[in-house]
Amino acid sequence: MSLFYQFVFYVFGLVAVVSACIFVTRKSPVAAALWLVNVMFSLSALYILLDAQFIGAIQVLVYAGAIMVVFLFVIMLLNLGQPGQLVDTRGVLPWLGSGGVAIVVLAAVLVRLPRIEAVDALQLPPETLEVATRAAGAVAPVATPLFTTYLLAFEVTSVLLLVAVVGAVVLGRRRGEMMGGGGHGRGELVGADEVLVHGR
Amino acid sequence: MVAESLFFSAVLFAVGVIGVLTRRNAIIIFMCVELMLNAVNLSFIAFSRLYGFAGQVFVIFVMTVAAAEAAVGLAIIIAIFRHRQTVNMTAINLLKG
Amino acid sequence: MLLETVHGAARAAIQGAAPVAVGGAPHPLQGTVAQWMWALPLLPLLGFALNGALAVLGAARIGPGDPSAEGHEAHATPNVGNEREPTGHAGDPEAGHLEGGAAQAGPHRFAAAATVIGPLVLLAAFGLAVAIWAAMVQAAPSTPFIEHYFAWMPVGDLQIDAAFQLDQLSMTLVLVITGVGALIHIFSVGYMRQDPGYPRYFAYLNLFVFFMLVLVLGANLPVTFVGWEGVGLCSYLLIGFWYSDRANADAGKKAFIANRIGDFGFLIAMFLLFANLGTLEYTGLAAAAQGIAPGTAVVTVTCLFLLLGCTGKSAQIPLYVWLPDAMAGPTPVSALIHAATMVTAGVYLVVRTSMLFALAPGASLTVCVIGAVTALFAATIGLKQWDIKKVLAYSTISQLGFMFVAVGAGAYVAGIFHLVTHAFFKALLFLGSGSVIYAMHAAYHETHSHDDAQDMRNMGGLRTKMPVTWVLMWIATLAIAGIPLFAGFFSKDEILGTVFERARGSALSEASWLGIPGGPLLYAVYAICLAAAFLTAIYMTRLMIYTFHGANRTGEREAAHLREAPMVMTGPLIVLGALSAVGGFLNDPAWLPIAPSDLLARWLEPVTGRATAMLAGAPGAPGAAAPTEADPRLAAMLAGIAAAIAVLGIVVAVVRLKPGALRPTRDPQPAVTGIERVLEHKYYVDEAYDRVIIQPTVALSRNVLWRGLDGLIDGIVNLSAHLWRWVGAAGSALQTGEVGAYAWALVVGAVIMLGAVALRT
Repeated sequence: MSLFYQFVFYVFGLVAVVSACIFVTRKSPVAAALWLVNVMFSLSALYILLDAQFIGAIQVLVYAGAIMVVFLFVIMLLNLGQPGQLVDTRGVLPWLGSGGVAIVVLAAVLVRLPRIEAVDALQLPPETLEVATRAAGAVAPVATPLFTTYLLAFEVTSVLLLVAVVGAVVLGRRRGEMMGGGGHGRGELVGADEVLVHGR
Repeated sequence: MVAESLFFSAVLFAVGVIGVLTRRNAIIIFMCVELMLNAVNLSFIAFSRLYGFAGQVFVIFVMTVAAAEAAVGLAIIIAIFRHRQTVNMTAINLLKG
Repeated sequence: MLLETVHGAARAAIQGAAPVAVGGAPHPLQGTVAQWMWALPLLPLLGFALNGALAVLGAARIGPGDPSAEGHEAHATPNVGNEREPTGHAGDPEAGHLEGGAAQAGPHRFAAAATVIGPLVLLAAFGLAVAIWAAMVQAAPSTPFIEHYFAWMPVGDLQIDAAFQLDQLSMTLVLVITGVGALIHIFSVGYMRQDPGYPRYFAYLNLFVFFMLVLVLGANLPVTFVGWEGVGLCSYLLIGFWYSDRANADAGKKAFIANRIGDFGFLIAMFLLFANLGTLEYTGLAAAAQGIAPGTAVVTVTCLFLLLGCTGKSAQIPLYVWLPDAMAGPTPVSALIHAATMVTAGVYLVVRTSMLFALAPGASLTVCVIGAVTALFAATIGLKQWDIKKVLAYSTISQLGFMFVAVGAGAYVAGIFHLVTHAFFKALLFLGSGSVIYAMHAAYHETHSHDDAQDMRNMGGLRTKMPVTWVLMWIATLAIAGIPLFAGFFSKDEILGTVFERARGSALSEASWLGIPGGPLLYAVYAICLAAAFLTAIYMTRLMIYTFHGANRTGEREAAHLREAPMVMTGPLIVLGALSAVGGFLNDPAWLPIAPSDLLARWLEPVTGRATAMLAGAPGAPGAAAPTEADPRLAAMLAGIAAAIAVLGIVVAVVRLKPGALRPTRDPQPAVTGIERVLEHKYYVDEAYDRVIIQPTVALSRNVLWRGLDGLIDGIVNLSAHLWRWVGAAGSALQTGEVGAYAWALVVGAVIMLGAVALRT
């Protein structure tokens, strides 16, 4: 394993961690979102270094490109960047508490991690992924199990996406808005905000 | 590199947890959740080096779920904001029985 | 069904029980009408279903229906209402209400349908029973005919089938139950016709017959137990038939509870049998009994527990107290359940398990002693009762005591014989008294008098008013007293003769009971039975004289309204009268020059022969007395003594009793003192039970269990309630509704879990 590889790996790892730390401490949601995008990019690089080139690509496309854009879009839609909406954090105690918990957990992981033994029987021979990627490209080795072994899960996921689309549309409507321009008569469909307010 | 990846994954996850626990802005909490999901993805990818492509397939599923979650979650936040003019989680306690 | 029978035979063979023909020739009753024996109990069950449906339907509508549905006080028993304790109730204001209720309520809207269904199913069952009996006479099977219908409790080693067993014993009982039952059903048509609960009455009565037939047909103890419990239930329902009167409902409960004590013994006996012999089938028990030495402790204990069950059902000391109170039910019920059939179930059970009792001479002697003491005890109480039904109730207890003496002495045939004849004449006596009460009540009803229609002090001189009843009742009285050639004479004489014979030398006289040698004990039993027979003659004659002879004490206006009951009631009486007169020739003794003799004995030989022989002789025991030869001269002499005793009793009663000295209950009564007072109060047994058992139990329940233990338990329960209320308050305080707090809780929990995993070495 080349020194260059290790260097690059650590750099991206550190960038990801530092960006994450900055991300959680930003007051402004817009700044936080941008730092999170930075984390996403770093992770994408790590994926590629870990021989998951396809995942690295869709990490950039889906997360950095799509999801984070939606976040920014919502932030701007709601005008959360203005000073009145800059919600403060909870104060020192939660920070200390959660930070302490996090340190304890990480310490435990660090103590424990060297002692974790990979299950040998399940392990592939070294370099298997590299060899497979070289032979069939980055997409096919991922696609084959996705469309064979995990076909059912894949289909269910597609249904989940459909439901999410419908749900997002329903929840995002204004009160009394009708689908497809039917328009007459308010409140035939109960708006999401009504549900949220009245708990129905 | 697997061990290092898992370490980074753990750190990122912890940072995400800290964010969820300390922030009050619903959008940022949401983003912290996304960060946690990404940390888990990193673990999957790292393990897939040892155990094969299934880990990468799972990452695809996680991403899909994250996308769906983002769509619905943001819609909810919009609905809440529309009514309360705020996304401060401490002001929102509808779950109180 | 054929297949199942074969299957049953195969199983019996596997159990080593195998009196049923295996593999080879089928049972002689196979393929005959006997295969329809399942229809015997099902016919009454059908009647129960139909009549029950009528009762429910009638209650659902507005109009004359079941009193329970209408809410008005339901002593509405227009023709028989006042069947209650003779003392204290006559003339109380409640009685006026009773009459008022009677005036409002008419017969049930479905009375006509119930009239058809109720007796018809019984007649059909009786016809079937006669057909099966004819087939049985022809086939003369030496083994029981068993049909397995379905597996009831297949649990490991415990294999209990719903199976019926037909042999000479159950056949005899079936004939008595359906025959006498049918007559009593017909009588009930007249007696209960005006009652608002008429279909309900017939439903219960049919159900009773169903359970009674299950009891006698059951091929194993659990099936018999089902019938046993079922008849108890019906008895309870019918005693409390007029349940809106507190006393009746209490009487029903008393019967139920007393029977439960006995059933406890029955159950324990079953457990013991299964634990020790591994089977509960009668055939299996018979086979297993052959391998057991006589006098084994286990058998004796089992038999004593069985005996406890029998004393409950057959109203023997110490559990007899429920039967007199059971007279609160309608009189035909008293005739059917509390005289002719159900109360004889104990006798039946002892005979049915005779293979076990024969192995336990000690237990058999106990049966004998209990029977003898009960016979005398009840007879003395019967001397001083004023309620006509109470006299008959104690008479029944006394006669059941005779049956117990018989089966205890190993005279199983004599026991069954007395059971049959007793069914005839006691049913006749009860129905006759029912007819008297009917007439009395009708007369009092006419004049709106509230006097007690069951008190003999209010009767007298009914001979001219009700001649048919008078003649028939005299026949029954002579039969029960033991006047020669009437039914009771032969059966009672056979019992007395057998006891004497056993005392002279038998396995029983060799055995001992509580240190008393069997021989003298049996002589004592014989003497007690003679005394009881003497008293029987006295109290029955007393009943007849006070009821039918002398001057009429009913009242001047009422006397004009006294008349014979309708034909539908006297008809069954006439049939029973004929049976009481000639029923004894079922089993007339050999010394009497009337052929054929000993019919019943020969008929029952396959069932009881072995056990009788075991108790009669002392087979295999060295130095035992040789089985006594049945000495015809001795037998004739004993019969002469019994007859003389009976005649003497009647003469004493006629000479000593002065019906003219009696005063109606509305007049002040002369004070009774001494032994008479004790007898009138039934030896204060109820009071003693109340003091010794009931009151301590109630006090224990009330003071220790209720106040003490209950308080403790309540305290614990309340404490836990408070604890959990506090926990709930704490938990609800945690529900802030703030997502952040929940996230914290989740993370802390996750960290704890993680820590547990990480620190695990």
